Amino acid sequence: MNEQVKITQGESTDLSRRTFLIGTAAAGVTLGYAAIPGMFGLDTAAAAPAKIDPSIWYSIGPDGLVTVTVGKADMGQHVASTMAQMVAEELGASWKDMRISLATNDPKFNDPVLGAQITGGSWSTMMNFDAMSRAGAAGRIALTEAAAGIMGVPASELTVRDSIVTHAKSKKSKTFAEIVKSGKVTKTFTPDELKTIKLKTPDQYTMIGVSVPQLDIPFKVNGTAKYGIDTFLPGMVYGKLVLPPVRYGATVKSVDDSAAKKVPGFIKAVVLDDKTGSTTGWVVAVANNYQNARKAADALKVTWDHGPNAKVSSESLLIEAKRLQGLDDSGLFFVKNGDTSAALGSAAKVLEAEYTTNINIHCPMEPMNATAMKEGDIWHIYTGNQFATRTGAIAAGAAGVDPKYVVLHQAWLGGGFGRRLDADMTVPAVQAAKAVGKPVKVIYSREDDVTMDFSRPLTYQKIKAGLDADGKVVAMNHDVVSAWPTKRWGIPDFLSPSVDKKGALDAFTVNGADFFYSVPNHNVRAILNEMAQQATPSGQLRSVAPGWTFWAVESMVDELAHAAGKDPAQFRIAMLDGAGDNDGGAQRLRNTLLAAMGLAGYGTKKLPKGEGMGVACVSSQERKTASWTACVAHVAVSPSGEIVPKKLTVATDVGTAVNPDGIRAQVEGGALWGLSLALYEKATLKDGGIEQSNFDSYTPLRMSQVPDVSVHIIANGEPATGVGEPTVTVIAPAIANAVFNAVGARVRSLPITADAVKSAMKA
Amino acid sequence: MPNLNINGRNMSVEAAGDTPLLWVIREQLQMTGTKFGCGAGLCGACTVHVNGEAVRSCQTAVSDVAGKKITTIEGLSAKGDHPLQKAWVAEQVPQCGYCQSGQIMQAASLLSKNTNPTKEEIVAHMDGNLCRCMTYSRIQRAIMRAASDMRTASTGTDRRNT
Repeated sequence: MNEQVKITQGESTDLSRRTFLIGTAAAGVTLGYAAIPGMFGLDTAAAAPAKIDPSIWYSIGPDGLVTVTVGKADMGQHVASTMAQMVAEELGASWKDMRISLATNDPKFNDPVLGAQITGGSWSTMMNFDAMSRAGAAGRIALTEAAAGIMGVPASELTVRDSIVTHAKSKKSKTFAEIVKSGKVTKTFTPDELKTIKLKTPDQYTMIGVSVPQLDIPFKVNGTAKYGIDTFLPGMVYGKLVLPPVRYGATVKSVDDSAAKKVPGFIKAVVLDDKTGSTTGWVVAVANNYQNARKAADALKVTWDHGPNAKVSSESLLIEAKRLQGLDDSGLFFVKNGDTSAALGSAAKVLEAEYTTNINIHCPMEPMNATAMKEGDIWHIYTGNQFATRTGAIAAGAAGVDPKYVVLHQAWLGGGFGRRLDADMTVPAVQAAKAVGKPVKVIYSREDDVTMDFSRPLTYQKIKAGLDADGKVVAMNHDVVSAWPTKRWGIPDFLSPSVDKKGALDAFTVNGADFFYSVPNHNVRAILNEMAQQATPSGQLRSVAPGWTFWAVESMVDELAHAAGKDPAQFRIAMLDGAGDNDGGAQRLRNTLLAAMGLAGYGTKKLPKGEGMGVACVSSQERKTASWTACVAHVAVSPSGEIVPKKLTVATDVGTAVNPDGIRAQVEGGALWGLSLALYEKATLKDGGIEQSNFDSYTPLRMSQVPDVSVHIIANGEPATGVGEPTVTVIAPAIANAVFNAVGARVRSLPITADAVKSAMKA
Repeated sequence: MPNLNINGRNMSVEAAGDTPLLWVIREQLQMTGTKFGCGAGLCGACTVHVNGEAVRSCQTAVSDVAGKKITTIEGLSAKGDHPLQKAWVAEQVPQCGYCQSGQIMQAASLLSKNTNPTKEEIVAHMDGNLCRCMTYSRIQRAIMRAASDMRTASTGTDRRNT
């Protein structure tokens, strides 16, 4: 069972190694990056002498505005606003004074826990809560001490609220703006002093737990929010991709640009030489504007060697997965508790089932894009990205320079969902810019974006489980076969040792299978499908492994409940007994399930024929980063197998809700993502290529398909957890279980089709 | 070299007549509020108004709109205060925000003709606009709110019907 990732490679900074400076000069310019021109954004370069930087995470201007620099990618989860909210709570700033700016890939903006700039895993709020709180508190202390000096009163008698420091006895007060302008803020904090700052207790919160308006919304309703695709640089030209018919492994044999040369504005066809391995066989048509680049791309005649994966299909990936699962020595153990062989051998009843998920495509609404410009020795890359630390390195690899010469300029992300953890878009931009000696903006067409997605891999899982004579689950063998998306990154810190130390496995393919149910004999095996790894380089799609592991686990638990003749919800509650390592987590999950049951009226009424309710309950990516989420799905199933979701009731325990409305938005979106993956989204591989290409063939949920979604947030005072992902995973099994409850049809493949339901009804 | 009227301004652009209006607006005129999503009229991110009707600018040749009145998100209201924009803030609709210019422009063409739409009318009108963050429920609520605000304000004021 893996711990959360801690990246130890490369430059890593964390709060403990940082001196927390407060002074009237820009305090952050002490790291090596300052030596490289252009490494800082305009904000730092323009630092006015009277501005204070209580930490690298924010500065306060003489106008009293507090600008929080966010090292997290904001892809719509409003994490930038959340960071500002955590700072504002301890700082005592008024919400109207809070501003946000996005960090570059400078390592000083690395996540204080992860030691890198990476956004995912529903980690951000939980892992930054302490650092942002301490940063805010340090600023409050510094401002208070300065104000005490100015007012001639003891600092201990001052209170801070709404950006004003007040001395109640003398009725004197100073605004943050006045204090900063005074130039009297001089306090410095050592790392040890930072650690000893006493933070507020929840009963003292005035900002945490309030649904303040998200700071990024006003400019997202008037067209002024800038995404990567909105980059313009002087002298910039455009690149359009020309892609091989296979997802990976092709090489360019020839490029005939004779027709392209007749396209006005055509500059050059650039064949990528991608030593990073992010792409294979890509050509970029470069022209003076995008329309001409598109025409030139269409006119280029490129021939390819389709390479070793040209015959691979979804069917062959599944056949290979089944073959690998059947081998005794396949894979590595993620969980190995007790003796499953013995327990299965003596079980009163044994169930065995296969669960599959098809390939899924991220399809953020903003297609992949990047703009690259070389200025002196520095490569400037403009693209919205979730993993600046690695993406900067990939861009450097494409340019053939050391990563310290690459500045990644962050933008608002037009959707991420894990797609923008990858760096492929920087490669054509950099190499085209290098080839033509001008800045180049490369924009993927939607077809490019879909067919070259780092997709959620096709997965095959087999679970064999045993019940004792009392109907208790005594053993479970769970095999998970898939491509290993995180292994592809080539960063050892992201792999986890198997429990028997026989090798390193990609826990991001089995997370969630180490659930909080008590099963005394339990094995989970992670098996790499090397054929898929080669043919369909996969990625992390919103919620990652739990998107398929809970599909299997929560379906099988339902099957076990029915085999034991018990109500599936009550059966789960009995398994969530909190024994051993499950203590704490299991009880929270149980309570969340009970809440969802109560809110949905589960088991309280007789439903019409053809309708049913199903439950599922899940944690998050890692046990240590868990939120607790449960769903009761109410569906109607027609005789032809069509599923009409009538209502999804979701409860989620987030410990502390920083911004309740923001959490609600994430849970609403996550639930519909889950529904979309459960019923509407399917990609297939044929002859080595993804068959779908646009929103006519790959079909995420639309407004007319939205059911009633009822969201309930449980904030019980435990530390804040993350919410971007978990709800995605709970929906598919809840729906499948509801289908079984409605018509007795058990479906085990995602997406669930009417045909599958109908044939299961007959069976 | 088509002459375009965008947001009340006449402008002449260097573009072949078959260039989609989207690319002229975005990449040549650098009015980036209008977004590229699919290039095939399947997602609605590029929605603008031509003579008051919502159209997909990725499917509209620039030669076909010469002399017509084109409105983009930047021109929907003078100060970003169209009832829909205010409602979008009030309901905290956007997540990533990328599709929202198109959603708002699509919704505006509905409310310009019908300030009392039913839920079914909203769904029918909006179903061509994808939101990958799946903010659909909030979009519906915001349209209802804006419609209500417009009905309240419509007695004698100079409401914009773009």
